[in-house]
Amino acid sequence: MIDFINLYLIPALMLGSIYALGAVGISMIFGILRFAHFAHGDVMSIGAYGVLTAVWLIPLHPLLLLPFGIALAVLAALAADHFFYRPLRKLPTIYTVIASFGVALIFRSLMQIFWSSDNQVYVEGVTRPLVLFGTFRISALHAEAIAFTLAIAVCLQVFLSRSRTGRSMRAMSDEAELAAVAGLDTEKIIRWTWIIGASLAATAGVFAGMDTTIHPNLGWNLLLPMFAAAILGGIGKPMGAMAGGVIIGLAEEISTFNWIGDDSLVSPSYKTAVGFVIMVVLLIFRPQGLFRGRLL
Amino acid sequence: MSVLLSVRGLTAGYDRVPVIENIDLDVATHSVAVIIGPNGAGKSTLLKSVFSLTRISAGRIMFEGDDITGHPTSQLVPRGISAVPQSRNVFPTLTVAENLDIGTYAAPPKDRRAVEERILALFPDLRAKLKQPAGELSGGQRQMVAIGRALMSEPKLLLLDEPTAGLSPAYLERIFDLILDVRKSGVTILMVEQNAKQALRIADHGHVLVNGKNAISGSGPELLANDEVRRSFLGGGDGP
Amino acid sequence: MEWTGLLFYGVSFLIAGGIYAILCLALNIQWGLGGLFNAGIAGFFAVGAYTSAIFTTQVSDKHLGGFGLPVPVGLLAAAVLAGATGWVVAKICIRLKSDYLAMASIGIAEILRLVIVNESWLTNGSLGISQVPRPFDGLVQGRAADLVFLAYVWVVVAIVYVICERLNGSPWGRTLRAIRDNAQSAEAAGKDVNWFRLQTFVIGAAFMGVAGGLSAHYFKFLAPSATEPLLVTFLVWVMLMAGGSGNNRGAVAGGLGIWAIWSLTEIFTNRLPPEWISRSSYIRMLLIGLLLQFVLQRFRQGLIPEKSPPGKY
Repeated sequence: MIDFINLYLIPALMLGSIYALGAVGISMIFGILRFAHFAHGDVMSIGAYGVLTAVWLIPLHPLLLLPFGIALAVLAALAADHFFYRPLRKLPTIYTVIASFGVALIFRSLMQIFWSSDNQVYVEGVTRPLVLFGTFRISALHAEAIAFTLAIAVCLQVFLSRSRTGRSMRAMSDEAELAAVAGLDTEKIIRWTWIIGASLAATAGVFAGMDTTIHPNLGWNLLLPMFAAAILGGIGKPMGAMAGGVIIGLAEEISTFNWIGDDSLVSPSYKTAVGFVIMVVLLIFRPQGLFRGRLL
Repeated sequence: MSVLLSVRGLTAGYDRVPVIENIDLDVATHSVAVIIGPNGAGKSTLLKSVFSLTRISAGRIMFEGDDITGHPTSQLVPRGISAVPQSRNVFPTLTVAENLDIGTYAAPPKDRRAVEERILALFPDLRAKLKQPAGELSGGQRQMVAIGRALMSEPKLLLLDEPTAGLSPAYLERIFDLILDVRKSGVTILMVEQNAKQALRIADHGHVLVNGKNAISGSGPELLANDEVRRSFLGGGDGP
Repeated sequence: MEWTGLLFYGVSFLIAGGIYAILCLALNIQWGLGGLFNAGIAGFFAVGAYTSAIFTTQVSDKHLGGFGLPVPVGLLAAAVLAGATGWVVAKICIRLKSDYLAMASIGIAEILRLVIVNESWLTNGSLGISQVPRPFDGLVQGRAADLVFLAYVWVVVAIVYVICERLNGSPWGRTLRAIRDNAQSAEAAGKDVNWFRLQTFVIGAAFMGVAGGLSAHYFKFLAPSATEPLLVTFLVWVMLMAGGSGNNRGAVAGGLGIWAIWSLTEIFTNRLPPEWISRSSYIRMLLIGLLLQFVLQRFRQGLIPEKSPPGKY
């Protein structure tokens, strides 16, 4: 049981935090701009590289340099929207989906050009885990990431329910045309959607980079489980997406635990497919997600 | 009589096909103007054109003497025009209070609390539902939320697209009463209505639109008495 | 010597170009006729490649089979299996908005990639399948064999093209265009919209499988890297968009045209200073990404526009 918590449950919560932070942006973009943003994983990677560059220049703890990663990711997302998505706004959204594929490729090749395609790490060396009550072992990174994600969830909830921009975002996600009729500045709402989505994605990217290594495919490889999380949580429901992320993370890690006999239930090499399978099952039986989100 | 909104020679539609052609219309300050006509006559298109939601190919729209043709929708609310679309006119996952709040974002009223109090006095049903998501309300209550939201910016002109569509007869009467109350508070109203008879009863002025063109206009009682209007829209002979 | 070198460069260009032309025609059925967004072309391509390879290679203890069957049988099996995969994907999400189909197709492609890498008994994992035969292997040797294979590929292109043209002009094709341009009125006219869309997805997937099979026979060797999603899925989308979706000639022209640009950039990037050489492939990808954006914004009808302007999907 202790093994299960230390080796599966805590890493699962870590993975779930990464998915949760990434899925929030996907869900909000889905809700407000009505398209699946296939470059979201690459926005994550850009955030991770932003912090990597900052670590080279200022030798501090990567999490303290997070603002650099966020700034770079926000800039990239706003630029992509301005140059590649906005000109297609009046067309059927599928064209924007195709454009986001292109943006994913553009981002990835830029990362490969500037930072090479090697695996890189923020800080060399291994950190010793914290030991709680003599038995629970949790690495400092996992503790930080999980606490950070919880704090972000609370802030996001307050922002969405209390602030004007947050309410406007929810309104536009509900009824985009009515939001325009009510005189809301829809372009400003869209800008905020990108800013928040990219900030959280960058944070997730830095966590993922700290947990493993940083490479140009870092975010792209996480895209499908994040989509699964966004659908699970119900499209256009940011808090649902966060819950969905945690659930997908748990499902992926826990499915590789040796529940029956000595073998893991799902071979670890297929771990990344678990999220996708959950997504497929959802698409068949409950495409509106667990929390009754909208169906695109 | 001063004219608040005046439409001249308006031709508009979607894509390249015009739905309304060469429309002229005046709405007097502090009046209720009603547009009636058969399905597909372009009534909603006319209303949406005032709100820059269509493609306008000719003509002008003047508000308080200024040309507002094709002005971005987000600028019209601060100018004093609010609109309530026919369907999907509330934000369903937002609470009633939040829906009303959204109405103040584009044009913050001077005394927000007073405005909200006035609106809740107009729609007392909503007071108990402020914390409920608007999507859970009945059709009539939703219509009240929608009108309330539009009134939060203290507009001079309120555009209503078929406010009674799909409502039960009991609610229908209430909505018409409410519209008169709203007018009493100093708001000019331009509305599109299917229930021509009741609408003309409360209207100061009526316009009949047929096939995208002006057919007949006149005061409410005039139109109610007009033989052609009675035959076509009022369903038989019983008088006003 | 220079000239024969150039000639055979041309031959290999046209073989690959022909395979891309088939992929474009296949995608054109799904997108141009059905309005369906397939983001997992690489997956169907891989199913076809491995199916045809396993069917036609000699018995080996490294992977399933081989069954030593003739190449046309292999290609046919490739079409059937890829089509079946397409059916499963489409069945799940055809009734949902196209964004979901994009996710599901890309997910299937990813899972297939995992299967190919991990299931060594089936595919020999990352070591790949070698000695995949070519048609008429015994008859010609050396470089002449490339010429024969070139002819073989373009015969297949011609067959696929003719089928696509027939489909386009048939009542089936007209129904599909009606659905694409106005799904609601087509539905009102009693057409089972989703059933028609599903058919386009399956037919397109089958042709993608054929293209995958041909590539396996061309390279005579098949490893997971051969079905790189970037090169297969992405390039094909750019090709179809640039060539003109909804139009078969446009699809073929786009396939060859973009393949020419892609090949030429290789010549160009090979002349870059050495410190940039290692990054040249990324620069090419960047250019292709930008080209797609340009086509989407400025050049949506493509080289050869469809006769009736495409409506909203």
